[in-house]
Amino acid sequence: MDEKLKQAAETWKQRLAETEKKNPPRPTKFTTLSDMDVPLLSTPLDLEADGFDYLRDLGFPGEYPYTRGVQRNMYRGKLWTMRQFAGFSSAAETNKRFKMLLANGQTGLSTAFDMPTLMGYDADSPRSKGEVGKCGVAVSSLEDMEELFAGINLGEITTSMTINGPAIVILMMYYAVAEKNGVPKDKVRGTLQNDILKEYIAQKEWLFPVKPATELVIDTIEYGTKNYANWNTVSISGYHIREAGATAVQELAFTLADGLAYVDRCVARGMDIDSFAPRLSFFFDVHSDFFEEIAKFRAARRIWAKLMRERYHAKDPKSWMLRTHAQTAGVSLTAQQPHNNIVRVAVQAMAAIMGGTNSLHTNSMDETLALPTDEAVMIALRTQQVIAEESGVANVVDPFGGSYFMEGLTNRVERETLEYIRKIDEMGGMIAAVERGYPQAEIANSAYHFQRQIESKEKVMVGVNKYAVKEESRQMNTLYIDRSVEKKQIDKLAQLRKKRNASDVAAALEIVRQEASLGKNMCPSILEAVKKYATLQEICDTLRSVYGIYREAGSF
Amino acid sequence: MNVSNEKIRVLVAKPGLDGHDRGAKVIARALRDAGFEVVYTGLHQTPEMVVRAAIEEDVHVVGLSILSGAHNALVPEIMDGLKKEGLTDALILVGGIIPEDDIIELKKLGVHMVFTPGASLQEVVDYIQANAPKRT
Repeated sequence: MDEKLKQAAETWKQRLAETEKKNPPRPTKFTTLSDMDVPLLSTPLDLEADGFDYLRDLGFPGEYPYTRGVQRNMYRGKLWTMRQFAGFSSAAETNKRFKMLLANGQTGLSTAFDMPTLMGYDADSPRSKGEVGKCGVAVSSLEDMEELFAGINLGEITTSMTINGPAIVILMMYYAVAEKNGVPKDKVRGTLQNDILKEYIAQKEWLFPVKPATELVIDTIEYGTKNYANWNTVSISGYHIREAGATAVQELAFTLADGLAYVDRCVARGMDIDSFAPRLSFFFDVHSDFFEEIAKFRAARRIWAKLMRERYHAKDPKSWMLRTHAQTAGVSLTAQQPHNNIVRVAVQAMAAIMGGTNSLHTNSMDETLALPTDEAVMIALRTQQVIAEESGVANVVDPFGGSYFMEGLTNRVERETLEYIRKIDEMGGMIAAVERGYPQAEIANSAYHFQRQIESKEKVMVGVNKYAVKEESRQMNTLYIDRSVEKKQIDKLAQLRKKRNASDVAAALEIVRQEASLGKNMCPSILEAVKKYATLQEICDTLRSVYGIYREAGSF
Repeated sequence: MNVSNEKIRVLVAKPGLDGHDRGAKVIARALRDAGFEVVYTGLHQTPEMVVRAAIEEDVHVVGLSILSGAHNALVPEIMDGLKKEGLTDALILVGGIIPEDDIIELKKLGVHMVFTPGASLQEVVDYIQANAPKRT
C-alpha cells in the first residue's frame, strides 16, 4: 500500500504543479501566526516520516501521555469551567459583578486586582495615585477581602485569583475569610496564579528579587499541600508571555520551563514530587491561529507528562496531567470596528475547546477600549454557552486527533519547545535564564518582528491594516472608573487603621520580619498578620526590608 | 536613515505601576531604527523620575506609555514638573488605552498627540519628524 500511496502522491504533485501554473497560490506567506510553515496538504506519508506511533504519541484520553485530554470522557462528563475574569473599582462593586455572573450560569469566579494591589501597595500609598480600582479590585486588607466575597459560599464555588508578587498575602487573606466563615479546609477550592517567574519575563509586576520571590511561591506550595489539599497552588502562566509578544512555541517553552523551576525548588526542599505536582495547574493564551493553538494545547500535555514521568519519576498519574485554563488573546482584539472582536473571541474559544482546555475565559469585545461593560461580558459568556450547547463540539473527545496535518503540527510544536527547554536547562534553568534576561529578550524580538509584519501587511489585522474604514469616533459605551473610588478606599483604610489594635499589628509584623530573616516558611506568620488586619503594604514592606527590591535594566 | 533624526532625542517612559511594556519597547526600537536617539526609562517610574530623566537627557520628545487607566493622574504631574524645570518646548506624546474624552483633557494640558491601539509605528515616526522642536 505504501508504494501505491507514494506513487499516487507523486502523480498528484505533478498535477498540482500543472494546476498552479493556471491558478497560482495567492501572493501571501502560508505560515501560522507564529511563522511556522504550513503544508498545503498532509498525508499518511508525513505521519510515517515523523515516526508516528499512536499508542506512544497519543494513547487514549485520560491516559498517559494525555495528548488527547486529561479526562476519559472529556466534555461529556463535565463541560469546561466557564470562568470570566472580573474585578474593578471597590470590593463591593466587584462582589456585585460576581453575583451577576454566578446568577447567569458561570461556574467559577476569577478575580482581577488593581495595579497597587498587584505591586504590594495600599490604596493610600503615594505610588497608588490614580491607579486605585482601575484595572481590577483594590484589596488592601482582610476587610476588603471579606467584602469581596460577602454572601458567596466559598465552599461551593471555585475561585481563581490573578496575583503574583504579593500572592502569598492575598492567599492568606482568602484562607482567613474561608476560615472565619467556617468553610472546611478541603472544601476551599480554586487557583492562585502565584507564578512569579513569568512576572520577570512578561507581566512585570514584581516586588522582590527573583530568588526570594521564587521561595515565597514554594512556601505557598508547601503550606497549601499540607493544609488545603484541593487548592491549586500555582497557575503556571503562558498567557502574559504570549501577550507580551512571544510566539506559540516560546509561550509553551517558557511556561513549561517556569514550571520545571518550581518543581526543582520543591524537590530541593525535600518535597515528594507526587505530593505537590497534582496541584500545579497551567494557564495559556489562545490566539487566532486555529490549528497552531490546538497543536499547542495537545503538545503541552504530552511534553509535561513526559517530563514529570521521565525527569522527576513521578508515579501518580495526577502528577503527569497538565490541567489548564485558557483565555482568548487580548492582543488580538482591535479598537477599530470593535464588534469584530466577538468573532475573534468565538474562533479562539473554539480552538481552546478543540485543544481540550479545562477552563476558559472569553474576552469581551470592548477590552481594548476600557474595562468591559456588563453587556459585553454577557456576550462573551454566551459565546461559550453557544459553543458548549449548540455547536456539538463538546460531544467528541479530541476531534483533531489522527489528522495528518494536526499530528504533524503537534510534533513540530513539541520539537521546537523541547529545543528551547534544552537551551534553558543549559543556562542552569529558568531562574538563571531570567536573571540574565534571556526569555525577556526573545519575547521583545518576537514582538518587534510581529509589529513589523503588521506594518508591512505581511500579517493581517482586519479593520486595522486591511478593510479599515474611516471612523467618525469610537462610540461604544465603556465602563468608566472615576477617582471617587480611590478616595473612598483611602477613607476606608484610614478607618481601619484607627479601628484595629495597633500593638497587635506591630507584633505580628515583627514576627513576619523575623521569620523572613530566618528563611522560614512565610505562610503561618503572614496568616496571623492578616488576621490582625495588617495591610497588604505593611506586610510587603516588611518583606521588602528583608529581601530588598527588584529593578530591571531598561533595555529594549 | 534620515540624517536629521540623529539630532532628535526621545525619552520613552513608563510612568505608574503598569507593567505592560510591549508597546513601549516596540516603539523605542522602531524610533531607534528610524535614527532617533532613544532613552527608555524602564518600568514603574514616578512622575518625578520621568521629569528628571527628561531634563538630564535634554530630550526633544517625551513619549509616555500608559495602559492602566492612570493617565489622568500621572500626566498632569509630569506636565507640571516639566514646566517647572523649564522644558517647555518638548513634544509630549502619550500612547496607550485612552478614552476619547480623556484625550481632549490631555490635549488641554499640553499633550501634543495621543496614539491609541492600532496606531502604526510609521505614524509615530512621521509625527515626530514633522513636529519635534528644532533647537539651535
